[in-house]
Amino acid sequence: MAKPDHLHFFIDPSRCIGCQACVHACTECDTHRGHSMIHLEYIERVESVQTVPVVCMHCEQPTCAEVCPADAIKRSGDGVVQSASTPRCIACGNCVVACPFGVPELYDDRQIMMKCDMCYDRTSVGKKPMCATVCPSQALFFGTREQIEQLRPMSAPVNEFRFGNQTISTRVLTMVPRGVASRQPLVDVTAAMDDRPARRAVMLRVLPEAPVPSDAYDPYENVPL
Amino acid sequence: MARLPVDELRIIEGFGPHLSRMSGLRLSTSAEPERLVKTHCCFCGQQCGIQLKVRDNQVIGFEPWEEFPFNRGMLCPKGVKRYLQAAHPDRLTTALRRDPAAPHGFSPLGYEDAVAAVAGRIEQIQRTHGNQAVAVLGGASLTTEKTYLLGKFARVCLKTPYIDYNGRLCMVSAGAANKKAFGIDRTTNPWSDMVGTDVIWVAGSNVAECSPITTNYLWQAREQGARIIVQDPRITPAARTCDLYLPVKPGRDAALFAGVLQGMIEHDWLDRAFIEGFTSGFDQVAEYCRQWTPQRTAQVTGVPERSIRLAAEWWGTAKTSFLFHARGIEHHSNGVQNALGTINLVLASGRIGKPKSGYGTIVGQGNGQGGREHGQKADQLPGWRDISNPEHRKYIAGVWGIDEKDLPGPGVDAYELFRKVDAGEIKALLSICFNPKVSLPDSTFITRCLEKLEFYAAIDFFLNDTARHADVVLPGSLQEEDEGTVTQVECRVIKINKAVECPGDARQDWRIVQDIAGALGRPHGFTFNGPREIFDELRIASKGGVADYSGVTYEKIERQMGVFWPCYSEDPETGQPIDHPGTPRLFERGSYNPVARGNGPFYFPDGKARFNVAEYRPPVDDADEEYPIYLTTGRVVSQFLSGTQTRRIGPLVDQYPEPRVELHPRLADTLGIEDGAWTTVETRRGAITVRAMVVTTIRPDTVFIPYHWPGQKSPNRLTVAAQDPISKIPQYKVCGCRVRRADGPPEYAALLESQQ
Repeated sequence: MAKPDHLHFFIDPSRCIGCQACVHACTECDTHRGHSMIHLEYIERVESVQTVPVVCMHCEQPTCAEVCPADAIKRSGDGVVQSASTPRCIACGNCVVACPFGVPELYDDRQIMMKCDMCYDRTSVGKKPMCATVCPSQALFFGTREQIEQLRPMSAPVNEFRFGNQTISTRVLTMVPRGVASRQPLVDVTAAMDDRPARRAVMLRVLPEAPVPSDAYDPYENVPL
Repeated sequence: MARLPVDELRIIEGFGPHLSRMSGLRLSTSAEPERLVKTHCCFCGQQCGIQLKVRDNQVIGFEPWEEFPFNRGMLCPKGVKRYLQAAHPDRLTTALRRDPAAPHGFSPLGYEDAVAAVAGRIEQIQRTHGNQAVAVLGGASLTTEKTYLLGKFARVCLKTPYIDYNGRLCMVSAGAANKKAFGIDRTTNPWSDMVGTDVIWVAGSNVAECSPITTNYLWQAREQGARIIVQDPRITPAARTCDLYLPVKPGRDAALFAGVLQGMIEHDWLDRAFIEGFTSGFDQVAEYCRQWTPQRTAQVTGVPERSIRLAAEWWGTAKTSFLFHARGIEHHSNGVQNALGTINLVLASGRIGKPKSGYGTIVGQGNGQGGREHGQKADQLPGWRDISNPEHRKYIAGVWGIDEKDLPGPGVDAYELFRKVDAGEIKALLSICFNPKVSLPDSTFITRCLEKLEFYAAIDFFLNDTARHADVVLPGSLQEEDEGTVTQVECRVIKINKAVECPGDARQDWRIVQDIAGALGRPHGFTFNGPREIFDELRIASKGGVADYSGVTYEKIERQMGVFWPCYSEDPETGQPIDHPGTPRLFERGSYNPVARGNGPFYFPDGKARFNVAEYRPPVDDADEEYPIYLTTGRVVSQFLSGTQTRRIGPLVDQYPEPRVELHPRLADTLGIEDGAWTTVETRRGAITVRAMVVTTIRPDTVFIPYHWPGQKSPNRLTVAAQDPISKIPQYKVCGCRVRRADGPPEYAALLESQQ
């Protein structure tokens, strides 16, 4: 069985509260044997509490698979990029280095790369992925385009990411402010890399045009010591 | 004397906290569960629906419960890993007696002998020193049935007025303010009413870490156009992207509310018709607020003038709104005034008792709401009745089959109870579901009090930090080993379902309480055969009270996925039997309640809500020249309360292993402290040394330490035991401290694991 076509995975990092419910939930998936296939990152904790859940974006042309010398990474017919196949993976780490999204991780204890497979064991039987089911802020959402449209009128899903001259299309969609998405329906990752958090209160500025929130000043500027 | 039997390190060695992790059946990819049990998380007041996977009398995992309407499958990390508390190596499966000769300080004791020992000592102490020499402490993680039984046990069996509970550290400021303003102590609207409002004001609530599921409601409201105002000394995850951040100086909340209301009055951003028709006392409040000009408010609160003006404009001109608050404004010696300040803003706006407009307080503990309504609070009887009210006393005495004259009067709050131990008035203590050695402020004093007790018995499933002082420990039940009801944050009464049997000699808590009553030779009223029977009596006891549960049944809870109280068995207007669905939203225009009897929507005889002058008073032990920095305390998302459960769950401990002191780089630079450095925080009560976490997300004049750890890691060694004069809540959220770079690592660093 395959993941139903009308159901999609959406990520909105601006909603993420860094609680790690997703990471813990991932360890509970039946086939993961207590390991999480996803992780959570702080952008820069000193400056902000902004965090990002890192799940596999499931690229249409996965760089991880392209660089794999052992041909261990397969993309299934329904667009899900699988973990490295156990008999083939040589744990060289090429995929870890090459993935533009920083997704795959090498499990030294078992000498294999493992990564998020969109909860294949759950999605293929009609359940939602564990991480998106539990996510208390719904920064991770699994559902139809109609549902996301109705629930999130302020933002729109984008699934093209520009890295310099390379543009990558993914199965997983990222929510960006709606006005921005209508002008430029892709995320220029290289351009955004130089963005430092604008003082204390920041949104993840995934696009150069993304609006700076109204309180992006140092609210403690005048606090005397 | 309830001193530690042996060195604490040896007790920890034997009884933990140790960590549990996925292993055995829990890790197996082929072990199918025998059944899924629909129940709720055992931790915070959100009480998320969850399904526990059960096999071989063991909880082996969970499956989201997506049909439950409040959380629809969502869970925080505590909910995901909650099941690892069961079948835990530290689990108490026999009774224990204090034994200084035993390697870890305690020896196993047969259950019957343990009960007899507890009853014998209670009887002897009461005979020698009077009934009042024995006290009971309960907790708000217990089911409502257990809290009801415990209140009845203290008053009917032990005949002591001295019972209180750890909700004293949680909800009482909000409860007292609600009672003064509305005549009823409850969140007014279901959380779903938040989505679709113009403005949401979050006052002193780190929702992302303390009530994570509420975050999705907040974000959904934002997607539908709501502006979010967050008031907090820290840039919490909710504050990070809010529309207006009010960086209030700790302990200045009442001043901020008065300043905002003054702005609304000046611009006439008020619902005059509502104020006139449905409230009283506005003029006195307006008179008080006059002094709170934006300039003065800014000066006192540390919130910029323009932000105060903007808050007044947004709040004043909104058409719909939701305001909720939590411990951030309640944990103060001015906690009731702070909560009243928020209520004044709500009443002045007239936005209450309608869809998409409400007010609420976020309960912190699992049964923070139900746990305070039915009798374990020092001044209350079941149904939110008043223990000093002759009619209320008569009714409950009738339900309990005792003479009203034999029903003790009001007791004292949990902290005062320890002062009575210190004074020698209380000689014996029975506690359940409470770990005051970690959770009460100025905890060095609490330790001293515990040591003075002539007899201390604890009922618990793990040997918590306080229970290490006990003479006898009775092995109680985990939440998944019993059934019963709890009342969650929205005041929805829900059902906890039993998943597994108690291991070994462990018993359901209600059985233990009844067994003690039996061993004391006072079994009358303590012969229930199960939670359902207790609940049936509770329904009668609550009938006619403000918290009327008479129409709630286990079946109705299951059918409706929860029942909002009040839920009547008889129509309060006609007295006719009724199949009442419950009351999701309070104070709707034209609604009938048994107090106002048709005079208005609020729970006073005239049906009107009360404005109360919400006066600002500076905190006790405020920052000064000697202790120039504000210390504030709170939670992290992966831990819960005093950590008795969560400090035993490996993956949660990994996430945030030990307390760190958060401080701003400007302060850190001044003090020569870098990120990760051992740092000593000192107040007039004591000092602790923890690692620094240097972040720009906190006021530079304030430091924060989470409170889930014991002993040398516990910020409650530093906090002040100042209490609100009305609610008696301790002032956890502010006191003066000084901070310095430590000379080296503290003693515990080499001796203890992070969770210990």
